This record gives sequence, C-alpha cells and structure tokens, in this order.
Amino acid sequence: MRRNLGIRIAIVAVVAAAAIWFLYPPSKSINLGLDLQGGIHLVLGVDVAKALEAQVERAGDSVRAELEKKGVAVTKIERRGSTDLVIQIGSPQSWDAALATAGEVLGNFDRKEADQAAGRVVMALKPREAAQIREFAVRQGLETIRNRIDQFGVAEPSIQQQGDNRILVQLPGVQDPERAKALIGKTALLEFKLVDDKIDPDTALKSGVPDGDEILYQRRVDKETHQERKIPFVVQRKAYVTGRDVATARVSIDQNTSEPYVSVDFNAAGGRAFADLTDANVGRRLAIVLDGNVHSAPQIRERIPSGRAQITGGFTSAEATDLAIVLRAGALPAPVQVLEERTVGPSLGADSIRKGLVSTAAAALAVVLFMLIYYRLSGLVADLALALNLLLLLAAMAGFHATLTLPGIAGIVLTIGMAVDTNILIFERIREELRGGKTVRASIDAGFSRAFRTIVDTHVTVLVSAAILYQFGTGPVKGFAVSLAIGILVSLFTAVFFTRLIFDLMYMGSRRVERISI
Amino acid sequence: MHQIFVNANYDFVGKRHWFYGLSLGAVLLSIVSIILHGGLSYGIDFTGGALVQVRYDKPVTVAEVRKGLDELGLGTAVIQQFGDAAEYLIRLPPAEQNPEQLGDRVKAALGKAAGAGVEIRRLEFVGPQVGRDLQVQALYAVLAGMAGILIYVAFRFDFRGGIIAILALAHDVTVTLGALSLSNLEMSLPVLAALLTIVGYSINDTIVVFDRIRETRGRGPRRGQTVADLINGALNQTLSRTILTSFTTFLAALVLLIFGGEVLRDFAFALVIGVVTGTYSSVAAASLIVDWEAWSGRRRAAAPAPAGRAASTPPVGKGSQPARKR
Repeated sequence: MRRNLGIRIAIVAVVAAAAIWFLYPPSKSINLGLDLQGGIHLVLGVDVAKALEAQVERAGDSVRAELEKKGVAVTKIERRGSTDLVIQIGSPQSWDAALATAGEVLGNFDRKEADQAAGRVVMALKPREAAQIREFAVRQGLETIRNRIDQFGVAEPSIQQQGDNRILVQLPGVQDPERAKALIGKTALLEFKLVDDKIDPDTALKSGVPDGDEILYQRRVDKETHQERKIPFVVQRKAYVTGRDVATARVSIDQNTSEPYVSVDFNAAGGRAFADLTDANVGRRLAIVLDGNVHSAPQIRERIPSGRAQITGGFTSAEATDLAIVLRAGALPAPVQVLEERTVGPSLGADSIRKGLVSTAAAALAVVLFMLIYYRLSGLVADLALALNLLLLLAAMAGFHATLTLPGIAGIVLTIGMAVDTNILIFERIREELRGGKTVRASIDAGFSRAFRTIVDTHVTVLVSAAILYQFGTGPVKGFAVSLAIGILVSLFTAVFFTRLIFDLMYMGSRRVERISI
Repeated sequence: MHQIFVNANYDFVGKRHWFYGLSLGAVLLSIVSIILHGGLSYGIDFTGGALVQVRYDKPVTVAEVRKGLDELGLGTAVIQQFGDAAEYLIRLPPAEQNPEQLGDRVKAALGKAAGAGVEIRRLEFVGPQVGRDLQVQALYAVLAGMAGILIYVAFRFDFRGGIIAILALAHDVTVTLGALSLSNLEMSLPVLAALLTIVGYSINDTIVVFDRIRETRGRGPRRGQTVADLINGALNQTLSRTILTSFTTFLAALVLLIFGGEVLRDFAFALVIGVVTGTYSSVAAASLIVDWEAWSGRRRAAAPAPAGRAASTPPVGKGSQPARKR
C-alpha cells in the first residue's frame, strides 16, 4: 500500500473529476422526485377480466350471426364467468350443425361441455389465448395512456408496467391533478348505436328490455341547480361504428351557440360503415355513446358520406379538449381503476427541498465539527473524505439517473452519520495500536488492515437492508434505499481508500514520524 | 487528545441480569402498549384510505374544517393540525373507489365553510387492495431483512452468533414499535424503511463486539481468564467505537427529527429510538454469550453426546469453548 502513491492519487483525481463532470450542472443533472417538485404518482389497476369478457361477448355475437345464417335456431348465447360462452340452441335436430359452426367460428375456444339432450354447448376461451388477451390489455393500455399523456403535454412523464396488471404513472409538475387523472383513467370507448324507437324507455324500464337491446342514460347537469338528471334511452346493443374507426378528432366551436364540440373524422373503413349506417337508417336516431353514457342522440336526416361526425353535449372547453385527446389516442382495451394516488402540490415540494437542505447542512455541520474536535487533524481528513463521499454520492445519482426524493435526502443525511463510522473504526483501532506501543507507521498499517474486516461486515448488513427496501419499497422509499446504498458503498472508497492515501502522504514519507494527530 | 472510555473496565457481564430485566421490561411494555392500542396503528399506506393535507390562507379552527368536510359526506374523517393553525391533515376512511374529483371537492367545500382560500398540498389515496398487499409485503421485508442478517452473521461467525444477533434485532424492532405505539405514531412506509435500516445498522455494533471476542480468542485463552472476562474485555475495548459510531448516526437522525419537517418526523423518530436501543442491545447481546456457554456446558456435562462429536474440540475462535475455571 505504501507504494503506488502516484497511481492512487491519479485514481482519486480521476474519480473526483468524473464526479464533477457528471454532476455539472447540478440543477439539471439531479432528478427530483415527485415529492420534491410536485406532481402525481398513480398506480392504475387494469381490469383485465373486462377485456376478456368483451372478447368473449364479441365471439358470442359472431357465433350468433353465423348460426342464424345457417338456419340454426338459437335460444340464448351468453357469457358465463369471464372466459366461458354458453350456447343454447332451439332444436336438437340442428345439433351437429351447431357443434360444427361453434367449432369453426370459435377457433380459440375449447369445448368444455356438450349436452345434446339439453341442446347446450359450453365453450371456454383457451388459457393461452386468455393470457395473451390479458397481457395485451395491459400493454395496449399502457401505450394508450402514454399517448394521451404525450398529447396532454407533460414534461418527462414516466409510465411503466408494475407487476402483472398494474400501470405506474408519474407526472411531475402537473398543475391540475384532477384533470390529468380524468384524462388517464377514462376508458374512452366511443360507440355509435341505433336508438330502438319501437319501445319507449319508460315501458322498457318497467317491463324489460327486448333481446339485443339495452338501456343507456344521458346525464345532464343543470347549470343552475347542479342537479344531475338521467335520461334513459333504449338502444341496440350492437355498435355499428366505434372509436377504433376514428382517424382523428379535434375541438371546434359551434357558430350559433359558441359551445365547443368535438369533431370526429373516421378512417376509410369507418367512413364507409358510417355512410352505410346513415344511408340505411334515415329518420332514426343515432346515439353517440361514450363509456356507456349517451352524449347525444341526433336524428339521421340523410346519408352522411363525408366520414365525419360531431359529438356535442354541453362541454366546457377543457372537457372538449380532453375528449378530443382520448379519441385520438384511442380507447383503453380494458377499464382502469386508480389503486393508489399520491399528489404533492408544488408548494409542499419546495418546503420539503428547503427542509432537506437545512437537515443535510445541519447534520454535516454537527458531524464535521464532532470529528474535528475529537480527532483533530485526522478528523479533518475524515471530513474531507465525507465531503468527497457526498460529491460522489450525488454524482452517482446523476450518473444512474436515480431520482432524489425526500426520503432520499434523509438517506443522504443518514449517510453523513454512517460514513464517518468507518473512519471512527479505523481511528479507534489506530489509537489502540498506538497505546499498545507500536510506532505511528505500524499503527496506521495495523489500524487500516485490522478494521477492514469489520468495516466490510458493517457495510454488508446495511446493504442487505437497503437491497430489501429497494425491492419492496415504492417511489419515495425506494429513493431512500438508493441514496443510502450508494452512500454506504461510496464510503468504502472515501473512508478507506482516500483516507489511507492522505495518511500515507502525511506519515509515510522518508522522515521519521514521532507523533500523529488523532 | 479527546478520548472516552480509554481504560474502560466496566463489569457489563456481571450486571447482565440488569440488562436482561431492562430489555424484558422494555419489550413487555412495548407489547402491552401495542395490545392496549388495539395492535399497531397502521397509516393509510397499509389500511387504505385517503389523506389530504390542506393549507388555508388564514388560521382556522378544527370545527371549521369539520364543517366543510361534513358537507361532502365522505365518512368519519380524522382531522389533525399539521404545523400551524392554517395547515391540517385530513384522513378519510378506506373506500373501494378513489373518490372522484376528491381534491377539487375538498378544496371547494373547505374553502366555502371557512370563507378562506384553500390549497391542496398533498393528496394520497391508497386502495384497500394495495394496502393489504403492502401489509403482507412489509412483514416479508422485515423478516427477509432479519433472515438476511442471520445468514450473514451465521456465515461470518457461527450459528450461535446469528441467533444472538437476531434476538438483539427482534428486541430493537419491538422496542422501536413500542415507542411508536406509546407516542401514538403510525406505521407508514417511511417508518418501515426506518425499521429495516435499524435492522441493518444496529447489528453493526454487535458485529464489532463479536469480532473482538473472536480476535481475543484467536490469541488463545489467557491463564485464569473466564468467558465473562473475555467478553467484558471485548466490550470495554470496543466501547469507545460502539458509542462514537452510534453517536454520529444518532446526531444525523436527531437532525432529521428536528429539521426534517412533519413528513419525515415519524421516520426520524423511529431511527433515533432504533439507534439508541441498537447500541444498548449489542452490549446486552454479547453478555448473553456467557449464559449460553454456561448452559451448553452444563448440557454437555449432564448428557454426554455420542463419542466423536462431544469429544472434538470446537475450532478456536469459532463455536463454543467451554468456560475454563468455572
């Protein structure tokens, strides 16, 4: 260790220079966590069962259409659970045709039960298929949310999958958290459905809905009284045109009422479907349904060949903007639910930064003074090592693009207290060796080498804790684990390697050393 | 030169029954407090629920805050002043759904009731499922932390050392939880982080002492030295570094408690308690070795195990050397 002074000086110099390079300028290189700069942290649960159900129901619709085409009377086709489809046919004579058709159309289903006497077949979605749908629902949901957020305009958002079916969304510095949340969480399933005029809603509510129909509501909030009214509509279940057929959407202002509305342009296929639909149903009403709520139900006056539709419904300008965004970005394949939300306002973040800085400064001052008073010149060396430790810690965080959170600052403060422990272990050992009658140089040698094993032990145990904490923790707590772990690791370099180098420079020269300030 | 405990020669081992009594008392007090409080009081991280930190632009009373909340009908809210009289922390009971527009509604209702401007400084919602998941994971995390330490210490020293170290850790964690319970503080994610840190840190002093015990043993037993002497020697020789290393960390934790603000308060409190008990428990834990060796020595004498094993002398410095001259 006594030799190679040149190389060791060079290593310290290079490391310190690299640290400064990584760190400069600090305001840009250090990533502040949401709890420091303000923002939203959301954990969304994707309701993957709903995605499965939708898929199974779509398959049911195709089977029904195919069976009817082949003249097989269908009594009932319904979904059972989230993966099973129960097909009940009218007469036993068409049993073979029914089985064959079901097998043909439902290629990705397995036959689970077949009861010829009862005329009932139960088909179950193949497990592999179901797994794929689940996976797709989460991945597609993540992409859609990313898309919406990009269009909403948030600087440096973070959107990640967490576990099997959770999505973690972090939006720093968002001013209006409620609006952002609504934008992210909206399923935004747009459907155009025909209103069934053969039955009026009040009768349907009392006596039941005809097969193939459903009741949906239009919500109207009275601007004066803020009372919500729900107007029922009987509509056909089948959606002729959906949000999938939308090419783009934008906000326009109605010239007469000066109310904003959303104008939707369909893609080629959607435009054709819309033209056909309007052509065949002139005079009927078309319900524009978003996430199961009727927005409006205008009458079809004539065939609409332009491939363009308008969604009105008493929007505020922000609501219309957000609706246009979600329609452009597409619907979520499955509904999401907010499982966890943490929002920090910018003023609290600024407060936390100030308190963090004060704590760090106070802890550093207390520890630095203590070391100086207790160990004199050696204490000063330890203090230098501590300063280098903090520099390297921050540089490592910048280099790894780690995020500094309030608990992360707490980790730094704690590192200040723990990093000097290593020096204390070494210095106490050197003192002990001196008391035992060894020379200064021999004591330094023995102090470093004998304390080293203990130092490694103490580092390992804290690192074990930090690793588990990192594995377990969420957001801010993870930041604590990161800064503590880096601080502890760096202290091996600063408190042992760097301190030793300084000691060697001071006491290992050619002259005889009689005294050491420790 | 400033020095403490240079020629310390305290008879720790002789007073070990006082330590045992004190530890047992503290652990019992902790457990009783936790039971009397109806278990640990978990924060919303673990129970689910919502927490809103609001700041008014003028001081208001709790009654005014309550009046505003009552209009929303969100269930029984717990209202707590946070810092000065203009800032409050509102806890709402768990709900399956994230209340829609909760922030905006709270802001409007509170502002109207108090006739003041209101700022939402922090809003946290944790669904019951997430809370349940976290509770289980938290338990695993603490257990995994302790298991990790046990394995490391058992590997570095011996199994006995590992067991004693774990006893000391369990003691530290229990006493820290008890202190939280006595102070009516909540178990939150940051507090859990503090507990895990304590698990990793408070073992350090124990390791320093164990290392010294082994080092002294490695030199071979001196004439007339009992196990008690050996351990007393190790404890006294390492006393200054045990106290000093803990002191600097204690300083840092104390600074956090004083300057870190309300958000870090519980976390810092747990750390301060943990560092103190962790330091104390390393002294008590080392003393335990004496009783362990006496006990295993008696057991060996009472029931001679099958030849080979009992006769073989444990390697020096590892395992349990029977006490000499007892």
